This record gives sequence, structure tokens and C-alpha cells, in this order.
Amino acid sequence: MTERPLSPHLSVYRMYRYTLLTSILLTRASGIALSVGLILLVYWLVAVASGPAAYHDARAVLSLGVLKAVYLILLAAFSCHLLAGIRHLIWDTGHGIEREQAKRSSLLLVIVSIVLFVGLAWWALHAAGRTP
Amino acid sequence: MRNSSGTNLNAGQPRPRRGEAQEGPSHLRSPLAKVLGQGSAKEGVQHWWAQRLTSVALVPLTVWFVVCLLSLPSYDHAMIVAWMGQLWTAVFLILLVLTAAWHSQLGVRVVVEDYVHGSGTKTLMLTLVTFFHVVVAVAGVLAILEVAFGGAG
Repeated sequence: MTERPLSPHLSVYRMYRYTLLTSILLTRASGIALSVGLILLVYWLVAVASGPAAYHDARAVLSLGVLKAVYLILLAAFSCHLLAGIRHLIWDTGHGIEREQAKRSSLLLVIVSIVLFVGLAWWALHAAGRTP
Repeated sequence: MRNSSGTNLNAGQPRPRRGEAQEGPSHLRSPLAKVLGQGSAKEGVQHWWAQRLTSVALVPLTVWFVVCLLSLPSYDHAMIVAWMGQLWTAVFLILLVLTAAWHSQLGVRVVVEDYVHGSGTKTLMLTLVTFFHVVVAVAGVLAILEVAFGGAG
């Protein structure tokens, strides 16, 4: 019972670059990042509920330069995870699971994720500029 | 006919009469695989289904939230309170927090199960992850309700 094979079997599978990138990095890592984002969201919600003074203090924390980088990472994670998740739902219907299709959709996923991220980041920076 | 957990798949059928061919002595053994926790627990689809269900719900919820957040004219307290005070904003925010926490718990659980080795550490991590997600979900929902019911001043 002790020496059964354990994940990750990364060294066992011969994975294509994009498959590795999208299945492990884009889905799992971005999911973990979004879990951290959920903590930030709830921190923000609790700050709003705690009244104007507490919100003012929390906003000082949430406006830190480090966290602005985190927000950009979260937007990137959201872009990746949303699209990768939709692809997983499509896979669940039995479509697009052939090797060539999966390779193509992985490449497409990377490109569309980047486009979506750039769009969202542009919008966010625009919004941030509007409300310093 | 046997499956991996050692149970007899023909259990519902009448027992063979004396003199009929039996399956051999193997069915007299204690179900070792079952004792060791191997084989199917018949609950495998629950996690999979909950992960899919929450992911389908999170597609519109997260897109709605990101669009709302980036569309807000300012992040002043009064503005946020006015926004969260609207009924449907509060409804969708609560659904977002609950669904996201559930989905996150399911996802982080898989990551812990896959990458944390050693049953003691793994169980401890899974317990902490679950507790933490429950705390996050309850705190989030309560905060939204407080603002929605006008408690945030």
C-alpha cells in the first residue's frame, strides 16, 4: 500500500509543450492563484461591511504596489482558468479529445488567454487610472 | 465475477445449489482490498460532478463580477455599499462567493491529493483546506448580507 505510484506523473508522460503548459500550469496554478484571489475578495467584502473607517484602512492595504501586481496575476489566472475550464467542459461532451485537436486547442487556448488578459489588464489599468 | 474491491457481482442471484460448480475457495477470503481501502467506494462521481456543476455556474458569475468591478465608477465606500445594496448584486455576490469557495475547495483538494505525499500530512492539509474554505465562504456571505441589510453604515 505504501509504494503505489503517485501524481504528478510529469516525468512519465511524454507531454507536448502546450499540453503540459495548459493542463498543469494554466489550469492548476491559475486555480490556486484564484483561490488566493477569493481570500482577497472576501477580505474586501468584510472591509466594506465593517464600515467606512475600516474600509479606508483596508483600501490602503489593497492599494499596495505589491497587490497591484497580484491583481494583474489574478486577471491572467482568470483568463487562463476560465478558458481552460470551458475547454474541459467541451472535452466532457466528448469533443476535441483527439491528440491533434487537443494540441491545436492548447495553442488556441494560450493565444486567446493572452488576448483576453491583455484586454482585461488594459481595462483594469484604465479603471485604476480613473480612480486613483 | 469479481470486481477490484472483492465483492461478488452476482450477489443478487440465488446461491448455487450443492453440487453445482462454485467459483472456488476465493470467496471465502476476507475482502482484503476492501479493508485496505482499495477499489471503488461508489462515490467517485460526486467530486467530478460537483466540480463540473460549480464550473458551469462560475462562468457567468465570474464574468459578471469582473465586468461589474471594472465598470464601477469609483471604489469609494459609499459607491460600493450602494452597489452591493442592490438586491440582485447581493444575490449574485453570495452565489459567487459560495460557488467559488466550493469549486476552490474541490480544486485545491485535488492538488493536495496529487502533490502532498504522506497520509498524515495529506489528511491534515485536506482538513485545513476544507475548514479554511468554509470560513472564507461564511465570512463572505455574512459580509454581503450585512451590507445588503444596511449594516455597513
